[in-house]
Amino acid sequence: MFERTELNARNDRTQALVKVLFGVMTVLLALPVLIILGMLVVRGGPMISWEFLTADPTNGMTEGGIYPALVGTIWLVSVALLISVPIGIAAALYLSEYARDTWMTRAINLAIINLAGVPSIVHALFGVGAFVLFFKFGTSILAASLTLAIMTLPVVIVATRESLQAVPHEFREACWNMGATRWQTIRRIVLPNSISGILTGVILEVSRTAGETAPIMFTGAAMFLPFLPQSVMDQTMALSLHLFAISTQVTDVPEELPYGVALVLIGLVLALNAVSIGFRTWLRGRKKW
Amino acid sequence: MVATSTTSKVSVRDLTIRYGQNAVLRNASFEIPENEIFGIIGPAGSGKTSFLRALNRMDEFTPGMSVDGSITLDGKDVQTWRNLYALRRRIGVVFPLPVGLPLSVYGNVALSPRLRGMKRPDLDDIVERCLRRAALWDEVKDRLDALGSLLSGGQQQRLTIARALSQEPDLLLLDEFSIAVDPVTTMRIEDVLKELKKEVTIVLVTNLVQQARRLASRTAFFLNGECVEVGETEELFTGTVQDQRTRDYVEGRFG
Ligand SMILES: Nc1ncnc2c1ncn2[C@@H]1O[C@H](COP(=O)(O)OP(=O)(O)OP(=O)(O)O)[C@@H](O)[C@H]1O
Ligand SMILES: [Mg+2]
Repeated sequence: MFERTELNARNDRTQALVKVLFGVMTVLLALPVLIILGMLVVRGGPMISWEFLTADPTNGMTEGGIYPALVGTIWLVSVALLISVPIGIAAALYLSEYARDTWMTRAINLAIINLAGVPSIVHALFGVGAFVLFFKFGTSILAASLTLAIMTLPVVIVATRESLQAVPHEFREACWNMGATRWQTIRRIVLPNSISGILTGVILEVSRTAGETAPIMFTGAAMFLPFLPQSVMDQTMALSLHLFAISTQVTDVPEELPYGVALVLIGLVLALNAVSIGFRTWLRGRKKW
Repeated sequence: MVATSTTSKVSVRDLTIRYGQNAVLRNASFEIPENEIFGIIGPAGSGKTSFLRALNRMDEFTPGMSVDGSITLDGKDVQTWRNLYALRRRIGVVFPLPVGLPLSVYGNVALSPRLRGMKRPDLDDIVERCLRRAALWDEVKDRLDALGSLLSGGQQQRLTIARALSQEPDLLLLDEFSIAVDPVTTMRIEDVLKELKKEVTIVLVTNLVQQARRLASRTAFFLNGECVEVGETEELFTGTVQDQRTRDYVEGRFG
């Protein structure tokens, strides 16, 4: 009764074939990433030194270090985070926990999704018009970070909303049934069980902005400015723009220099991701249902 | 002092409950006397749970659910209650499948008192009292800090009963509470309910007609959205019934 039939054998062969096929696809997918990282490490690795990270660029940016650009990128990303995370979380909380399902909220949700698809150069132009000119922030960290924040707001909202929706609905109903208000339910049950997930998702999304060039180019980042910013009203250098500059604008740049800068930039993003992945692992161990 | 109070805790008048266009309870009218256990029996889908949801104003967060007619609690129509939070705080609910909140055992029971602003050491007292009443204390007293969701199904159900009691409700709605609880524990909880009814009015929805017989002074029989009969529980089982379908159901001759 349990003898192998021709059908069994055929299924097994298909199964094996499909598995190999998918495996090959996966390797192909990983290949470009490995090649890029490999090139960067091989060619840029020797550039990296304490000196490189902490010295100003000299000699028309063809020599010296990248210190002002590194610090500038950290400034830009941090200020952008400070702006977009609270606003994004608040908006997501409203949409997920308070708003009823009306045409208004549907329209807003649609707008958020579309906003996520707007090219960054358009955000850059908006940033110039709104923050640099209209609000008169000038070209400054503030204007650039606001532009980055607007650009990342949709992904922050979506990531937050997903974490909130991952908290089972029965928990909310059980809480409401006890007479808890919406806010009490959010504070006692929903947020404690989603905040780590929210922060993880948000850091992951926002760390990408470290690599953005267009939105900061016209709003606050300078090609060459070997000083550290003193406040958010100052201009600053940034790794992404620096990389753009030495690769395309400056002549006589040593061939290895852009690789070094790119490696630092990727390292920064990966470091942020590592933090958020560590966070997530820690959170999984504490999951409460 | 009279043994059975004659005042009504809850009055139901011409109650019709709909989900969209679909009426799942039609023109039900009955009284639930104070400090008694009121049983509701009836086959699946007859509208028992829907009635509890309407009483607790869960229609507010159930899309499509609409309620016509009136349900009054202590003479006030729940449909027009201004402060729904205060209304729900007075009504403890236990649903068939326990929902252990993602909190410790202690945290589950302490949640409602905390929302009312209670602090330690009063909290410790109320947590212990409610867990004892729900016949759970002995099993969890050494692991109050463990996650509530790590308890067994039956223990979680008693945890939700303890949680409902921690609201210090004056109306307790139990929806098939014994579905996930073993018979011995069920009996212990039933004993607790008999004690509790001195202070709390209890509405007991149950699929076990014998449970209604053991506990309820009065019982309503729901069938397909119709409140077929309401009367003294013993009458339903042994006396005259207005509708033969009631007798068929309680005697298990249904088809
Ligand atoms: N949220 C809802 N939306 C639409 N229909 C619903 C909803 N909840 C319940 N119903 C329907 O209402 C009817 C009555 O359901 P209800 O849960 O009140 O029955 P019940 O008497 O509690 O049954 P059971 O003994 O199986 O728990 C059923 O036909 C059910 O399908
Ligand atoms: Mg039910």
